[in-house]
Amino acid sequence: MTKQEALFKYLLRLGDQHLILGHRLSEQSSKGPFLEEDIACSNIALDLIGNANHLLQYAAEVENKNRTADDLAFLRSEREFYNSLLAEQPNGDFAFVMTKHFFADVFDFYLYTELQKSADETLASIAAKALKEITYHLRHTSKWMIRLGDGTDESKMRAQNAINELYRFTSELFEMDEVDEVLLKEKIAVDSSSIQNSWFAKVKEVFAEAGLNLPEEVYMQTGSRKGQHTEHLGFLLAEMQHLHRAFPGAQW
Amino acid sequence: MKSINDIWKILERIPDPEIPVISVVELGIIRALRYEGPKLIITITPTYSGCPAMSAISIDINNHMHENDIKDFQIETVYQPAWTTDWMSKEAKEKLRVYGIAPPNEQIKHKLNVLTGDHDEEVNCPHCGSNNTILTSQFGSTACKALYKCKECLEPFDYFKCI
Repeated sequence: MTKQEALFKYLLRLGDQHLILGHRLSEQSSKGPFLEEDIACSNIALDLIGNANHLLQYAAEVENKNRTADDLAFLRSEREFYNSLLAEQPNGDFAFVMTKHFFADVFDFYLYTELQKSADETLASIAAKALKEITYHLRHTSKWMIRLGDGTDESKMRAQNAINELYRFTSELFEMDEVDEVLLKEKIAVDSSSIQNSWFAKVKEVFAEAGLNLPEEVYMQTGSRKGQHTEHLGFLLAEMQHLHRAFPGAQW
Repeated sequence: MKSINDIWKILERIPDPEIPVISVVELGIIRALRYEGPKLIITITPTYSGCPAMSAISIDINNHMHENDIKDFQIETVYQPAWTTDWMSKEAKEKLRVYGIAPPNEQIKHKLNVLTGDHDEEVNCPHCGSNNTILTSQFGSTACKALYKCKECLEPFDYFKCI
């Protein structure tokens, strides 16, 4: 694998993660528990999709095959997407949405803190920009985890159920393959094993305050690095890509 | 060919699409102007990654260039250094306050802690000036604003987030 191929795939992985997280969260618009929270979720979705746009634009540039960010977002099939299984999970109740984003935000916070130092200047600058937003997202979801865990019996139960359901998708976030191997040598990618301890420490710190627990002995799911997804991604893409495929080249 | 100074003056007339009391120059979106031969290069940087105002701003810049007979130009986007509210002038911040939006605080030490919630920021009400205010939501009507409420005059207001 050449450096160019590895960088292209790495950018797809980062871009797809935020595109799918953002798209899923946008499904939540107008369904928030109250107005301010609805606005918050829509804003976060917008940040994520905006950042995905920057990453996929750069991916298209690196690939150098005359494709655009839109082509990459709307004309690839399920097996060509590299977002995590966590990102594509359907929304469920509000506690589920917050827990999912909390796991993803803690990961992103440490990942993007390191990515800012990437030897690839464009990637480093996109990361520096995104980190400011991710920090806000993490603050938001951390506070929600505490509020839900420390709230009523009902909210605590729902948050704990969400954790029990979603935890199995978290170890995949730290997986590394040939792409990482090539890019680590060039000091472009982040060694995700190096951020795993920080991730656990932050998650446990927030859960301790919230009175929530990480489950033990969970079989961890995997596959997205190879483009193998849960059944939910196909349905998401069908909706997200429908317009662009029905009207090729459509632009706002 | 117009001088760089003249171009800055043209751009100063373009209001921010969401907050029309300040210009895109005052907001710090226009990072640099230069000529490459006869071609004018306008470098801009986004405030927030997904800010929908950015495409509106590009269209406005296009229109103002055409109105001023500048045809050979190109808009370039850079992400580094990442946009910060510190680039807003004191005058621009005062304009925001008068408009009813609490202006962003100066960058504070340990700002990261403010963002991750270890301690809270002090925000003054743009209406009565009181610092007895409370955060309603970190996310407001646009990506760059948070919602606050004043406990003195009881008015809700927008705070331009410090990033």
